[in-house]
Amino acid sequence: MTETHEDPCAHCEEMMQPYLDHMLSDEEMREAEMHLDECDWCRRRYRFEESLRRYVRQAANQPMPADLKLKLAALRIPLE
Amino acid sequence: MAEMAEASSDATRIAADARDRVRFEEEALALADQVYGVARHLAGSREEAEDLMQEAYARAFRSWRSFQPGTNLRAWLLRILTNLNIDRGRRQQRAPQMQALEANDYFLYDKLAQDDGGVTDEDRVVERLSQDDIVSALSAVPHDFRDVIVLVDIGDFSYQDAAQILDIPIGTVMSRLHRGRRVLKRELAESVAEDVR
Repeated sequence: MTETHEDPCAHCEEMMQPYLDHMLSDEEMREAEMHLDECDWCRRRYRFEESLRRYVRQAANQPMPADLKLKLAALRIPLE
Repeated sequence: MAEMAEASSDATRIAADARDRVRFEEEALALADQVYGVARHLAGSREEAEDLMQEAYARAFRSWRSFQPGTNLRAWLLRILTNLNIDRGRRQQRAPQMQALEANDYFLYDKLAQDDGGVTDEDRVVERLSQDDIVSALSAVPHDFRDVIVLVDIGDFSYQDAAQILDIPIGTVMSRLHRGRRVLKRELAESVAEDVR
């Protein structure tokens, strides 16, 4: 049975990180999605958090310098 | 005759060993880009990340036999790398900083959306942050929190893998992640405030 919460938006906020981490139970997931379907305020914030995570991952992605790749390959132990 | 058979079996074993080692080295090198992607943010600078990568790979190549084939090689390499990072003495083993954090998780959104005059597209809101904002905000997060964010949110490791790499309980991974993400958002909010000034 779905619990009712005094402040459903505050409860939804508590579930936001575990929701995005796919750590909620099926029941909790349904509960969060039901609230998100009807609450534009929370839906916007969830969408933002999701975009933020994606954006941080993209921005943090820095290619390895080509010469480092060569240095690592040179560390291999030569065959006897 | 027996001696010849023994010599031949030795040669076969040595050849098989060399083949396994070369395969291991190739697999480890094929993962270097992904390992660097994480190492770059575990270390304080690009130069430190490069040193750390070389030390970690040299150690991995020397101790390749202790890797269990079929397990997660990327996690194994990062475990070596994080241990070296700690051993190098750059990091004080201290309790994570416990300064007060914003009470809610949405303050960054609220700040960015408000500064933008109530925009409707959340992807556009996030684009107010530059790549430099994100990289420097990440480097301002204390190590204990940053390690977990980097492994889970950037390296895409599970909580379980992050716990094994850092040798901490999974509950600690979860609490540091929760807190670390808030610290990151606070740093991002501050960088936006500075850009506006």
